[in-house]
Amino acid sequence: MTEEPKKRVHKRSEKTPKKTSMKEQKPMDRIKNYLEVPFGYTEAEAVLEAERCLHCRRAFCQEGCPVDINIPGFIDAILQKDFKNGIKIIKETNVLPAICGRVCPQESQCEAACLLGKKEGWEPVAIGRLERFLADWERERGRTTPEVAKSTGKKIAIVGSGPAGLVAAADLARLGHKVTLFEAFHKGGGVLIYGIPEFRLPKAILAEEIETLEQMGVEIKYNTVIGLTYSLDDLFEMGYDSIFLGTGAGLPRYLGIPGESLNGVYFANEFLTRANLMEAYKFPDGSDTPVNIGKKVVTIGAGNVAMDCARTALRLGAEKSYIVYRRSIAEAPARGEEIHHAQDEGVDFNCLSSPLGIMGDEKNNVIGLECQECELGEPDESGRCRPLPIDGACFDIECDTLIIAIGQRPNPLIARNTPELETHKWGGVIVNEETGETSIPGVYAGGDIVTGAATVILAMGAGRTAAIAMHEYVMNKK
Amino acid sequence: MFEIVKKEWLHEVIFLIEIKAPQIAKKIRAGNFLVLRMREGAERLPITVAEFDRKKGTLTCIIQVIGQSTKLLSTLEKGDFIQDVVGPLGKPTEVEKYGIVGIVSGGLGIPLANLVAKEMKEAGNTVIGMVGARTEDLLVWEDEMSQYCEEMRYCTDDGSKGLKGFTTHLLENAIEELKKEGKKFDVIFTVGPTIMMKFVTQITKKHNIPTIASLNPIMVDGTGMCGACRVTIDGKIQFACVDGPEFDAHKVDFDELLNRLDQYKKYEKTALDKYNKEHGCGGKHK
Ligand SMILES: Cc1cc2nc3c(=O)[nH]c(=O)nc-3n(C[C@H](O)[C@H](O)[C@H](O)COP(=O)(O)OP(=O)(O)OC[C@H]3O[C@@H](n4cnc5c(N)ncnc54)[C@H](O)[C@@H]3O)c2cc1C
Ligand SMILES: Cc1cc2nc3c(=O)[nH]c(=O)nc-3n(C[C@H](O)[C@H](O)[C@H](O)COP(=O)(O)OP(=O)(O)OC[C@H]3O[C@@H](n4cnc5c(N)ncnc54)[C@H](O)[C@@H]3O)c2cc1C
Ligand code: SF4
Ligand code: SF4
Ligand code: FES
Repeated sequence: MTEEPKKRVHKRSEKTPKKTSMKEQKPMDRIKNYLEVPFGYTEAEAVLEAERCLHCRRAFCQEGCPVDINIPGFIDAILQKDFKNGIKIIKETNVLPAICGRVCPQESQCEAACLLGKKEGWEPVAIGRLERFLADWERERGRTTPEVAKSTGKKIAIVGSGPAGLVAAADLARLGHKVTLFEAFHKGGGVLIYGIPEFRLPKAILAEEIETLEQMGVEIKYNTVIGLTYSLDDLFEMGYDSIFLGTGAGLPRYLGIPGESLNGVYFANEFLTRANLMEAYKFPDGSDTPVNIGKKVVTIGAGNVAMDCARTALRLGAEKSYIVYRRSIAEAPARGEEIHHAQDEGVDFNCLSSPLGIMGDEKNNVIGLECQECELGEPDESGRCRPLPIDGACFDIECDTLIIAIGQRPNPLIARNTPELETHKWGGVIVNEETGETSIPGVYAGGDIVTGAATVILAMGAGRTAAIAMHEYVMNKK
Repeated sequence: MFEIVKKEWLHEVIFLIEIKAPQIAKKIRAGNFLVLRMREGAERLPITVAEFDRKKGTLTCIIQVIGQSTKLLSTLEKGDFIQDVVGPLGKPTEVEKYGIVGIVSGGLGIPLANLVAKEMKEAGNTVIGMVGARTEDLLVWEDEMSQYCEEMRYCTDDGSKGLKGFTTHLLENAIEELKKEGKKFDVIFTVGPTIMMKFVTQITKKHNIPTIASLNPIMVDGTGMCGACRVTIDGKIQFACVDGPEFDAHKVDFDELLNRLDQYKKYEKTALDKYNKEHGCGGKHK
């Protein structure tokens, strides 16, 4: 190397208070395409950002990461321009960094804990962007397939190819087990493929990860609905020694207000599945699946799902895209970046507005939403301020498409067809948290099917936890 | 990939395919359906299984060419492959010994009701089939279903076969005739065009006959995750692909279902026009 390695500087006084900015597509351009919004850091920008790190003795950032990535370690590697080592450090605990760097809610995890950001007016180190940088750096150089241990002769079935299933499959394959991944859809990735849009997570990244899995010897059986095509008993009969359930939270919640079945009213899952998995944005050239998009689109909710819907609507040609949310923006569960991106793109936020009813015309087409204005009251069980209706303050928003994005519940299909599988009343599969083991011996579960709709990184963590326990289980099994 | 091992035109716009799918064939029951996706970029198409052969590992489907997707499927021949086949989806028909079972089916009714007739007969029921179509030619596969029915009654809009009129007339006549013999239908199973099922249900309500309707809303995934197929049953939202497709007909909001079926009219036309322009008009004599 021609340059001197960078020195570690511990003093805040020598740092800049703001994150190194990441270049991105301009809002007026990007709402006309489906391409990824941020471009990612260049090498120089990444090093500049790495220089902001205080190299804390106690790595608060790492404590904030659900999978315990050695964050100071990889930041240091960037500082030394040893990107190869940087990605190696990340991959010790996180096999899908290109995805996490893009979609993790960093501001409530690693970056929330970062010491640098703890002072008024200071932003934390952009840990997510650095993680993404390293992952992309590696991708551009052609990734290598992880080594696979000698065959153990054990057969493992993984159900669902979302982040939980992908990680469990990778970990177990690496340990030498014969892994088969069963997926109900015709493509793998779970929410990463059918939910999160291309402009936030390019599908090519996911495709590479899935290809790597196959190179590691994982067999993927698409179009296979466990509980219907095969029961859990069938899988055991076929010789699988252990089963992991990572079937996610795919069951849409609805509001229970009048008008939810009007034409033009979508649950977020349908809207996003049409747009993403079925690629309705290409209709009729390249996709046969249409999506009904009006001039004015209202999305109810303020989580990641809602932001994805509101922003997808713009890209599909809506002239106006509104968010209706009953609390204030400070309470919105979406990632900060998504809210900012949505605002920049012109999504109109109607906060403190609670939906009362959906209005339709004589042909049963949606024509608007009636809302109740609210003010914030005391915090509720979730710790967020409860919205209280303001007497007499109601208003209507006109729309011709309405999307309900207020959450998902665990997928009920397997539990319904497997009475021995114990679940909570709300649908979540009951597991031993340390191992992921369910009420059926040899059957493990993790991700949204256990926790209800949560995050990619938690699902991945659960996949890993279960993989460790499953390895032990099958190796000790007679 | 799933191989088509047989293909046969039963009428100008109706064809039969036999698909090799051993695992699904092992599990399939009356009332179940499949989702097919012909190739990259194609829609997910819900289709009922009309007959199966567990030994050969095959499923028989009978399809009417309606729009772009069914047309695309109709172009596949013996030896071709369907990219994706998912199943068996939906809950199987609740077959038990009811006594006298009436099956009212219209449009592509016979193939859709065939397995139900078969299983109902096997369960010891007396099955009376009441089937209708626009004209005689469209009454495909009647020999199949006749095997399981004590009696088959036909109607056509133009009178070319059986009664000139609708299945509702067949049903009302049958109810009256049974009454004269001191008998009644213990259950009615109905499948076919939604508008027909709506009127059938009005009649059975009047006569207090428990009725099962097999609904066919627009679907996307067919596995209960999108909600496209939602129908209102007794005031509550249900997903036809996993909670159905068969429901207590007396509780179904048919008007809402009729409306929801029309949601994509303008897009369907775009897709079909484009397809026709590129591939000709399709059907048997393309
Ligand atoms: C639109 C959207 C945006 C999101 N954005 C973010 C974000 O920015 N950041 C973040 O951290 N999280 C986000 N989330 C949440 C995150 O995606 C989920 O928490 C995570 O994907 C859960 O992973 P999972 O592996 O448990 O399940 P899923 O990703 O849901 O995958 C489950 C898979 O199992 C399959 N399956 C289901 N039933 C069966 C069966 N019976 N047989 C076979 N296969 C079956 C499904 O088809 C699916 O492919 C978002 C979610 C959505 C919907
Ligand atoms: C559970 C189920 C089982 C079915 N079984 C069969 C079968 O065995 N044989 C068969 O020929 N057809 C069957 N259908 C209907 C078949 O799926 C539709 O005819 C098909 O989706 C039309 O697609 P298209 O692209 O050819 O026409 P499109 O252009 O998409 O549709 C034309 C018209 O058909 C109706 N339609 C559209 N999509 C559907 C849909 N998913 N279901 C019902 N009607 C629809 C609408 O009123 C629409 O206006 C079934 C449908 C369901 C839901
Ligand atoms: S995985 Fe998520 S929480 Fe952990 S360091 Fe990466 S971005 Fe932060
Ligand atoms: S807490 Fe922040 S500043 Fe401290 S080591 Fe971690 S990233 Fe660097
Ligand atoms: S078709 Fe998607 S839930 Fe039924």
